[in-house]
Amino acid sequence: MAAAAELSLLEKSLGLSKGNKYSAQGERQIPVLQTNNGPSLTGLTTIAAHLVKQANKEYLLGSTAEEKAIVQQWLEYRVTRVDGHSSKNDIHTLLKDLNSYLEDKVYLTGYNFTLADILLYYGLHRFIVDLTVQEKEKYLNVSRWFCHIQHYPGIRQHLSSVVFIKNRLYTNSH
Amino acid sequence: MRLFVSEGAPGSLPVLAAAGRARGRAELLISTVGPEDCVVPFLTRPKVPVLQLDSGNYLFSTSAICRYFFLLSGWEQDDLTNQWLEWEATELQPALSAALYYLVVQGKKGDDVLGSVRRALTHIDHSLRRQNCPFLAGETESLADIVLWGALYPLLQDPAYLPEELSALHSWFQTLSTQEPCQRAAETVLKQQGVLALRPYLQKQPQPSPPEGRAVTNEPEEEELATLSEEEIAMAVTAWEKGLESLPPLRPQQNPVYSRLRQWNTLYLCGTDEYGTATETKAMEEGLTPQEICDKYHIIHADIYRWFNISFDVFGRTTTPQQTKITQDIFQRLLARGFVLQDTVEQLRCERCARFLADRFVEGVCPFCGFEEARGDQCDKCGKLINAVELKKPQCKVCRSCPVVKSSQHLFLDLPKLEKRLEEWLGKTLPGSDWTPNARFIIRSWLRDGLKPRCITRDLKWGTPVPLEGFEDKVFYVWFDATIGYLSITANYTDQWEKWWKNPEQVDLYQFMAKDNVPFHGLVFPCSALGAEDNYTLVSHLIATEYLNYEDGKFSKSRGVGVFGDMAQDTGIPADIWRFYLLYIRPEGQDSAFSWTDMLLKNNSELLNNLGNFINRAGMFVSKFFGGYVPEMVLTPDDQRLLAHVTLELRRYHQLLEKVRIRDALRSILTISRHGNQYIQVNEPWKRIKGSEADRQRAGTVTGLAVNIAALLSVMLQPYMPTVSATIQAQLQLPPPACSILLTNFLCTLPAGHQIGTVSPLFQKLENDQIESLRQRFGGGQLEETLDLKAKMSPKPAVAETGTTAAPQQIQALMDEVTKQGNIVRELKAQKADKNQVAAEVAKLLDLKKQLAVAEGKPPEVPKGKKKK
Repeated sequence: MAAAAELSLLEKSLGLSKGNKYSAQGERQIPVLQTNNGPSLTGLTTIAAHLVKQANKEYLLGSTAEEKAIVQQWLEYRVTRVDGHSSKNDIHTLLKDLNSYLEDKVYLTGYNFTLADILLYYGLHRFIVDLTVQEKEKYLNVSRWFCHIQHYPGIRQHLSSVVFIKNRLYTNSH
Repeated sequence: MRLFVSEGAPGSLPVLAAAGRARGRAELLISTVGPEDCVVPFLTRPKVPVLQLDSGNYLFSTSAICRYFFLLSGWEQDDLTNQWLEWEATELQPALSAALYYLVVQGKKGDDVLGSVRRALTHIDHSLRRQNCPFLAGETESLADIVLWGALYPLLQDPAYLPEELSALHSWFQTLSTQEPCQRAAETVLKQQGVLALRPYLQKQPQPSPPEGRAVTNEPEEEELATLSEEEIAMAVTAWEKGLESLPPLRPQQNPVYSRLRQWNTLYLCGTDEYGTATETKAMEEGLTPQEICDKYHIIHADIYRWFNISFDVFGRTTTPQQTKITQDIFQRLLARGFVLQDTVEQLRCERCARFLADRFVEGVCPFCGFEEARGDQCDKCGKLINAVELKKPQCKVCRSCPVVKSSQHLFLDLPKLEKRLEEWLGKTLPGSDWTPNARFIIRSWLRDGLKPRCITRDLKWGTPVPLEGFEDKVFYVWFDATIGYLSITANYTDQWEKWWKNPEQVDLYQFMAKDNVPFHGLVFPCSALGAEDNYTLVSHLIATEYLNYEDGKFSKSRGVGVFGDMAQDTGIPADIWRFYLLYIRPEGQDSAFSWTDMLLKNNSELLNNLGNFINRAGMFVSKFFGGYVPEMVLTPDDQRLLAHVTLELRRYHQLLEKVRIRDALRSILTISRHGNQYIQVNEPWKRIKGSEADRQRAGTVTGLAVNIAALLSVMLQPYMPTVSATIQAQLQLPPPACSILLTNFLCTLPAGHQIGTVSPLFQKLENDQIESLRQRFGGGQLEETLDLKAKMSPKPAVAETGTTAAPQQIQALMDEVTKQGNIVRELKAQKADKNQVAAEVAKLLDLKKQLAVAEGKPPEVPKGKKKK
C-alpha cells in the first residue's frame, strides 16, 4: 500500500473529514504533506503523528513519557523493519519477535490502543494475508493482536479482513 | 531503570549524551554487556543500547531512549523533531552504518566511505542553511541534535570525513561536540581511539546492505558514470577537434616522473645514507672496512632501483667530501649563532676495545622487562627506549667484556631555542600544502610535548668529523647529517646546487618517506637549516606513507619473511608489474598489506583483462581491419560523451597526482580503460566492419577513438609502468612529442592516416601454482610462528591504554583462526567426541581468543555476561 493511501486511511479512521493531498519523494516514495501554516512534513510516521494532533487525539501518541517513547519506538520499527526490503526470512524473524513481545500485551504499549497499533497493523497487513493457517497459529499472539486491531472500529476500512481460526489445528506446533 | 551498553556500540553516544536530561528524575544504572548478548528477551538479534524501564518494558531503539530521557525532563514532542528522527532512522542510519562498516571493519577510506553518506550530510547542511538556525529544530539544542550528532560523531570526528564545503554542518557539529555532555559521551565511547574504538562491536555485526539505489563499492566495475553537463561534453569535443590545451596550472609538482610529463623543471634525487653505527657493526660482521661495506651496498641499492626503473636524476651517497663541507658549514653557522650546547654524557666504554659503545654496540638485560638481549637503545621485547647506561649486565657486542661507565663530552642542537622559528615556518608552510595527515600529526605531537636539546655527536669513527677542538675523535650523529645528504648529493651532481637548495621562493621541495622518518625531515633538519640562517630550501610537502605489511604479518628480514628489493628480480615477475601492484596498494592514509593472491588477482583482472585487453584490442582492430592505418573518425553524440568521460577522468588523474595521491590516480587509468572496453563491447566494430558503408564508417570511428584512448593511457601510465608505457608507444608509433607530455585535455594524437606498428599482448597471466611457490619461498606461510611470537612479545594490557594495537591484517588473521578453531570445537562436541580431546581443542580456542584480545589491545579477559559499572 502506498504511503499516501495509508495516510488517507488513517485520516478517515481518525475522523478527519478534509482529505489532504500528498506528494511522494524519491525512490522510496516517501510521503510529503504541505501544511497550510508552515514548512512541509516528510515521512510516514511524522505525518501520521501530525494528523493525530490535528484530530485532537493526542492520547493516541501515548499519555506518559514511557508510553510516548514506546509508541515512537514501534513507529520507527514500522518504517525501518517492516518497510525495509524484507526477505521472507526477515519477516519471519520479525513475526517471531513480535509474537514473543505480545505474549503479555493487548496493545503495543500494553493496555492502551495507540497510533503504533494502527500503523503496524497497516504495515503488516500485506504479510499477514499471505500467512498459512499453520503460520498464523505459530505466531499466535500476533494473530490475536492483529485480529483485535482489524476489528477496532474504523481501522480496517477497505482492507481485506484476515481470517483466523479460533481452535488450534496443529497441537504440537512450535 | 537500567541502561545496557556495549563496548564500541555507536548507539551509546547519543544515549549517554542525552542521559543527563533524566538526571534527578529517575535512577539510572548502567551495565556493560557483550556485543552478542541478547538483553531484550523478545528480540532474536542482539541489540544495544537498551533501556530497561522500571515497569519491565524495554526501549531498544536508540532514538526512543533519547526521546524518553528528553520527555522525562519535560520536553514536548513536535513535528520537526519527529521528522528529523524518522529521517535519521530511515535515511541516515542505513548510509551511516554502511560507511562505518567500510571504514572500521573493511578498512576502506576516502570516497569509498564518504560516498554512501555524502547525500545525507548534504541534506543536513542544506536544512541548517535554509532554516538559518544554529540547531536542527530551532534556536536551542534539542533531541534531534543529540540523536543526529551521536550518530554522526564517530565518522565526523575525523576531519577527513567532514567535507569543508558543508560549512553549516561543520559549525553545527563543532558546537555540539564541544558541549560537556557530548564531550563526555564521546570520551566514554571512543576512548580517544577515534572510530577504531567501534571495531570490536561493528565486526560482530552483519555487513549492512548499502543504502538502496546506489551500490557503494570499491570495485570500479560497478562504477556509476558521472553525469555530464552539455558544456563538459562540448568542451571535451572542442579540445579534441581543435587540439586545444588549456593553460597548465602554475603549480610545480613533485611526483618526479609526473612532473616531467607536465614539463616542470624537476630534480629527482635519492641516495644511500652511509654513516653511523649500523655501518660499523655490519662492517665488523662481514670483516670489511666501513668504506668497503658502503661501496658494496651502494651498488646493490643502485642496482635495485635501476631494476625497478626508478629514474632518479642522481642516486648519490653521503660519504663524500661535499657532505663533510656542507655539514660542517651548517654546524659552524649554528655554533656561531649559539644554537649548539655542550654537555657531559655518561656512556659505556669498552676498555678492551678502547672506545665508547654507542647505540647498538652494547647488549644487556632490559631494565624494564628483564629481556636478556636488549639493545643499547631499545628493547626488542618490550619496545621501550633504553638509556644504554641503565642496561643491567651490559656487554660489549664485539668482545663480550663488560663495559664501564665513563663520561664523554657531547654537542647538542638547542632545539628549544629554535622551536619558535620552527613553529613560524610550519605556520606558513602547512596550510594549503600537501603534507600528509600522519606527518602533520607526528610533528604536532612532538611540538606539543616540547622540544628538547638533541645530541648531534657520537663516539664513533665512521661519520662526518666534528670541526671543533676537543671533538677530534667524535663524529656527527647520523641523523644530524643524513638529511644534509640531499644537499651534498645535489652538489656532487651540479655546481649549481644552491639554485635548488638556497632558493625557497622558486623551488618546491617534496620529500617522500615512511612515517618513521618524519621527525628528522620535518623537524630536526628544518631546525638546523633555520638556525643556520642561510636561506635554505625547506620541505614544502612532506609525503609520508604508513607501513606495508607482508601477507598477514610484518616483513621480517631476520626471519626471512617477505620479499625485499633485491629478491623481487628473482621472482620472474617483471618490474612494471611490481611497480603497478605496489603502487596499487601504496599505504596512503593507512597501513596496507602485500598479498600474493591479491597480486595475482590484480594482475589478471586489472592488467590483463582490463587495461591490456583494451589497448591490445584497439591496436589489433587498426591492424586487422584498417591495414594498420588509423581510420577516419566521425563523432556521434555517444562518442562525444565518451570523450567527455575520458577528459573528466584525466582531470581527476591530474588533480590526484597534484595532491600526491599516487594510489588513487592509478584507479583513474583503470577507469578510462574500463570505459574503453565497454565502448568497444557496445559498438562491436568487429561485426560492423562486415556491414554496410555506414556500419564500416562506424567501425572506423570506434576503432580510431579507441586507439587514441590507448595512446592517452600510454602516457598516463608512464609514472607507473614506464616499460609498458614505452612498449605501447612503440606499438602505436606514437609521435615523440606526444610520448613525453601529458596535457590536461584529451587530444587526438593519432589522426586518421597515422600508421601504427606491430601490436602484441602487453601482459602475462600469473598462474596460481607460480604464485603459490613464491608464497612458500618467501615465507608467507609462517603465520603461526609470527602469531606465536607476537603473543609472546605482547606487553600486558598497558597496550590498551597506549592505544597500540596490532595491524588489522593480524587481527583479521587471528579472527579467522578463532573462527576455524571454534568450528573444530563445535564439530567435536556435535560428534560427542572424547572429553579430553574436546578439552584440548577448547584450550587452544581460548588461547587464540586471548591472543586476539591482546592484538586488539583489549584486556584478555573479556567480561562475559552483565557487569555492573
